[in-house]
Amino acid sequence: MTTTKMKPVDAVVVGSGVVGSIMAMELASKGLKVLCLERGRMIDPQHDFVMPYVNDELKYDRHSDIFQNLSRETISFRNNASQTALPMRELGSFKPGEMVGGTGAHWGCNARRFLPHDFEFRSRITERYGSNFFPEGCTSQDWGVTFDDVEPYYDQFEHIYGVGGKAGNLNGEIQPGGNPHEGPRSREYPNPATRRTPQGELFAKAATELGYTPFQGPAAAMTQDYTNLYKLMLGECQRGGFCSSHVCSQGAKANPLTAVLPALYRKENFELRPLCNVIKVNTDSTGKKATGVTYIDARGREVEQPAEIVVLATYCFNNTRLLLLSGIGTPYDPQTGRGVVGRNYSYQTGGRVHVFFDDREFNPFIGGGMVNTSIDDLNGDVIDRSNLGFVGGAYVAVSSFGATPIKNKPVPAGTPRWGAEWKKAVAQYYRRSFAISIHGSCQSYRHNYLDLDPTYKDANGLPLLRMTFDWHENEKKMLAFMYERITEIAKAMKPSKYAAHHIYKKYTIVPYQSTHNMGGAVMGADPATSVVNKYLQSWDVPNLFVVGGSAFPHNAAQGPTETIGMLACWAADGIKENYLQRPGPLV
Amino acid sequence: MAEPGVPYAYGYLSPQEVRFLDAAVERLIPTDELGPGAKDAGVSCYIDRQLCGMWGTHGRNYRSGPWLEGTPEQGFQSRFTPQEIYRVGIQEINLYCRGKYDKHFEFLPPAQQEEVLQALEQGKVDLPSLSSKLFFDLLWRNTEEGFFADPMYGGNRDKVGWKLLGFPGVASGAYREHLDNPELYHAEPVSILDIRLGHAQVDAQGFAKHVRIVKQEGSK
Repeated sequence: MTTTKMKPVDAVVVGSGVVGSIMAMELASKGLKVLCLERGRMIDPQHDFVMPYVNDELKYDRHSDIFQNLSRETISFRNNASQTALPMRELGSFKPGEMVGGTGAHWGCNARRFLPHDFEFRSRITERYGSNFFPEGCTSQDWGVTFDDVEPYYDQFEHIYGVGGKAGNLNGEIQPGGNPHEGPRSREYPNPATRRTPQGELFAKAATELGYTPFQGPAAAMTQDYTNLYKLMLGECQRGGFCSSHVCSQGAKANPLTAVLPALYRKENFELRPLCNVIKVNTDSTGKKATGVTYIDARGREVEQPAEIVVLATYCFNNTRLLLLSGIGTPYDPQTGRGVVGRNYSYQTGGRVHVFFDDREFNPFIGGGMVNTSIDDLNGDVIDRSNLGFVGGAYVAVSSFGATPIKNKPVPAGTPRWGAEWKKAVAQYYRRSFAISIHGSCQSYRHNYLDLDPTYKDANGLPLLRMTFDWHENEKKMLAFMYERITEIAKAMKPSKYAAHHIYKKYTIVPYQSTHNMGGAVMGADPATSVVNKYLQSWDVPNLFVVGGSAFPHNAAQGPTETIGMLACWAADGIKENYLQRPGPLV
Repeated sequence: MAEPGVPYAYGYLSPQEVRFLDAAVERLIPTDELGPGAKDAGVSCYIDRQLCGMWGTHGRNYRSGPWLEGTPEQGFQSRFTPQEIYRVGIQEINLYCRGKYDKHFEFLPPAQQEEVLQALEQGKVDLPSLSSKLFFDLLWRNTEEGFFADPMYGGNRDKVGWKLLGFPGVASGAYREHLDNPELYHAEPVSILDIRLGHAQVDAQGFAKHVRIVKQEGSK
């Protein structure tokens, strides 16, 4: 195939999602000539997502063309290495995006910081309980940065995404109304917290009775009209639902399409090329310098794009896959435990207890933008695990997300799956129930990893990424503990009935769980156990930065998007303030 | 077949397949004192229209071999598309019913139809070409979609699914002020189709103008 060679740029950013948009914005603001390559199509949010057509659960939640088109590329999956991995033929457990704006365009707006504990996980657990306390095979590790290092970048991200919340810890002083367990923040949220729904009020009352400290969880759907750090205006959320899996017609949900890209489009030193699928990072003969990337354009042509700096800013899977396809970094081998690319893949744990009332009714369709009432008392360093026998934790929340009718009709345990009894139950309980949900951490383990599939190929003939993943006892124990706690809260609300979802014995690629896939190109202080250093810079190729969920050495409870956005701000700052002055290894 | 007066001709399903589906979905969501069931809601029409579109041929699914059965945890691995699952499945289920009850599914009394559906659901019917559970799960998924998706897709006729739940459809601009208000919000549901046809009004931002219904708390 003949390769077209394009004019060089200062920086090529692969992906236009949460990370790519912010990295491109920050680097372009420094005067660099920045090119962003996006495999998905161009989006014009004002015309592509309009009322009433966005209020379509079938189209967006089930059949959406804003999710990854698996006919061209998917992953393969198996629970363990003794099985043959098979392709994920249909979207299920998670929904990576494929469009300008990336996966972040259809996120649910849950915008929480990780706890200080999460960044120094291995050290802190070891210090408090001893190194033998970790479950067997657990490879969760410190991030190479502390919460205090990255706090300014959380703050920056919150002022780009207009996060609404109430501080619980301002410079070390605990504040009423916020999360008392959060790390010390340098200032308040840019926007006020959400108002509390009647369901949230019931939860808060029960949680308070049991000694917990409820607060309105932070969210990135505007709680008032807001002009962000990039001088873009975001309107107050209407609480009309259709958020997660959907794109907001009102521009009230902060995401790359509303909070970053419009400011970038105004810059003459920025170019966005949609429908360009990067297949490789190119390196020079030493293998220690990236010379740019190769992509397949919309017409199927192979194009070489030279660049001084390469930023991989794609979803967890593609960041890892591109490194493997490019031969950068040593692939991880679970047999020896050596190698790094593909190591420490993790996910998110979750569960819920539904409460059913025969004497109370709610407005479950009103909400969205992640309106929630939470407790964080079962997370991080807060609980004493000495006698519990697990690491990790969870936050617990009641969310009013705007319950849509195809998928949000909980029924009491024992109700048949279909037929007249089922019909009666959904009619009775759609408006008379809600869920208390567990959003939990997931550790990394030696035998959970990503590599290239030996059999299955994408539409370009390149190997699919292969996921080998299963739940471990530690996570099941953690969830069992959380279920006990939230069942107590559920009972305290005095519902007519309550029903706990079961804990999965094995990880399964269906049904939908969360689009929180983490790791594979993790950050850290030691090149033997990480792909990138604390600045998200490749240990092997110093002008390559690999930024995103792929960098998480393990997953915390809080939901990853805010931390992914923070890492983009942090990595961009590292390039602007350090790398550009003296290009080369920053550590 | 479609209700009289509803202008729709089936694009993929044969008349016999429609009769099978009408009978099956009526068992899954029956007509009763709470209101119309899936047949009257137009779920067969919904399924036909889905089968005619990209979803019916799994246009966005990964479709390269080798095709192996895999474990339940590995998800959908059949080489059949939804079009083929319905075509082959209905034919083979009718053959099974003929063998066991001497009648096609559509002619069985409701209790026997339920018995067949339960056996399919539990994977207990040994169909020659596909797992009976695979067929049932797809049928139930599509029935639920057809009953509760916007009527623009041919099901949920007259918004019967939404009326059953008390779901008002397209969101109202009044929701924001109502967020923390315990007062019950009941309204005549508004669909995308209603707005497209001019049967419902919208505000300046495109949100539905709901006609509120006053209900006593706890009443249906």
